[in-house]
Amino acid sequence: MSTPLETRLIRYDLALLCWAVLYPFLVPNFWVLNIGAPSLFFGLVALSLSFLAGYGGMVSLAQMTVAGVAGYALALTSVNAEAMGVPLPWPLAVAFAVLVAVLFSIFVGFLAARTEGIYLLMITLAIGMGFFFLVQQNDTVFNAFNGLQGVAVPQLFERPIRDEAHVFYFICLGVAAVFYAGIRYLVATPAGLALQAVRDDPRKAAALGYSVTAIKVAAFAAAGVPAALGGVLMVWYNQRISPGSVDLGGINAILIMAVVGGLRHPVGAFIGAVLYVLLQNFAGTIVGADRFNLLIGSIFLAVVLFSPDGLLGIARRLQAAMQSRRAA
Amino acid sequence: MNLFLTVTLNGLTVAALYFLVAVGFTLIFGLMRSVNLAHGSLYLLGGYLGYQVGEWSGNWYLALLAGALIVAVLGMAMHLFFLDWMQGEDLRQALVSIGLSVVIADLLLAKFGSLTLQFQPPEFLQDSIELPLIGGYPLLRLSLLLVALGIGIVLWLGLNRTRFGAAIRAGVDDREMLSALGINTSRLFVLVFAVGAGLAGLSGVLGGTVLSVSPGEDARYLLSSLVVTIVGGMGSIVGAAVGAVLVGLVEQWGMAYLPTYAYMLIYVLMTAVLAWRPAGLFGRKA
Repeated sequence: MSTPLETRLIRYDLALLCWAVLYPFLVPNFWVLNIGAPSLFFGLVALSLSFLAGYGGMVSLAQMTVAGVAGYALALTSVNAEAMGVPLPWPLAVAFAVLVAVLFSIFVGFLAARTEGIYLLMITLAIGMGFFFLVQQNDTVFNAFNGLQGVAVPQLFERPIRDEAHVFYFICLGVAAVFYAGIRYLVATPAGLALQAVRDDPRKAAALGYSVTAIKVAAFAAAGVPAALGGVLMVWYNQRISPGSVDLGGINAILIMAVVGGLRHPVGAFIGAVLYVLLQNFAGTIVGADRFNLLIGSIFLAVVLFSPDGLLGIARRLQAAMQSRRAA
Repeated sequence: MNLFLTVTLNGLTVAALYFLVAVGFTLIFGLMRSVNLAHGSLYLLGGYLGYQVGEWSGNWYLALLAGALIVAVLGMAMHLFFLDWMQGEDLRQALVSIGLSVVIADLLLAKFGSLTLQFQPPEFLQDSIELPLIGGYPLLRLSLLLVALGIGIVLWLGLNRTRFGAAIRAGVDDREMLSALGINTSRLFVLVFAVGAGLAGLSGVLGGTVLSVSPGEDARYLLSSLVVTIVGGMGSIVGAAVGAVLVGLVEQWGMAYLPTYAYMLIYVLMTAVLAWRPAGLFGRKA
């Protein structure tokens, strides 16, 4: 163990990135577009939860809702089948979607910041489910039950980027890599350390002169950006958004990904997302497509019961066991 | 005026249902510091089990009893097998209960399908009653209001006038101190969990009778329980009652006068309360 921990971790990150870049050239298109891309954009949303929970101690169940707010904002500023909203050029639409989602995230942060732990989880869950019932009921802005269909996707060389498996995959990978690296960097900066101080002991952090509320709200704002971009990519991928995307099932999906992967490190979000998307696609052959929720629910339950630090925790324990055997 | 009164009365009857579901949730939360996010699933479980028993026996009262008792036992089992041994790890308990709710919802969907089911209540409850200013109003909904009021009073008396209640209140304030005083807190927790789960099961049958039972209702009652507890403050029966009335009224008024933005008003309510009293109207700082 001569190399410092940080160097080793960066080495892991680079190996991971190499694999993610090579992956689409090794597998058929189905695996690129239907497994790879969704793992990355769901991973982005799960990453925002993983960041808040792992470094801020705030398990926010409203992250799928932040993605959904961005998704609805994007759909309403893009050409869509319902001809609702105001179509804008796509860069403006994306900017608008991210802005609205970050503002929403700040609102969530303000409501949640004065509370802690379990109360925060409850409030964010209530906010998330309230949004679902709102979009499901409201037909003047959100087109109620049907949501917004046929959302236009930006084009590259006159083809929608979503139709070209590799193009869309690498766009998702680019965004995911930037925010993964960004969070890895952020948590080592003074601002990131202040957040971890607030997580470990809010009263001491306050006594040291940090504004606990401001730090928490800032963390929510920062987490809002990857969640929002995940939502944007999700809408481009599906070319639609509906209440079903942000219902309790969607909220739980993000939580399951982040927790099953492991909250201790940002990479857990992507590991969990890959597993979730794989199971979603292949549940049919394991338990029948209708019983996917039973399968994923049981896996989630098993993980929180027996390995609360997720698959990352299992890997760490295996590694430790192997090392101690080698030493013996 | 007439419409307003009817909507208000509707709000109160919905509030009665929300109160019955949320009071168990808030007591469990207050006493054990553990959020049972499968509470909505217990409601749905009660509804379906009651429906099944009602189908078999043709007796609505039996359905009511079965819904309450079976869910109370299942709630106890859930507590003992899944939550009890991770006492103090409140976040993990919340996650476990979310896992359980996903599994329960899918099992219920597999067994009962996605159709909306309705109960057949006894004849006399299907009548409507003449009220001054409002006119005819379903007796069923009024009796729901009375049942909730009765249960609320019994719970309040039990909590404030008995030794057992004193122990629970002491537990809400400081559970370590309570167990140091020689009270078996584990047994207390199981009992409170049973009562809370049983009330959720009972509400499932009542709600299924007044409204209906269908998949997705678990989410609705989980949301109402969350908001009632956030607004009313945890561990307080009076808080749950006031919270339920506020949520019920805001929801029904919203649906009547601002149909597409009714759920927005719930945000307004929550934001207002949290800004003014972060621990809820009747909550104390944990």
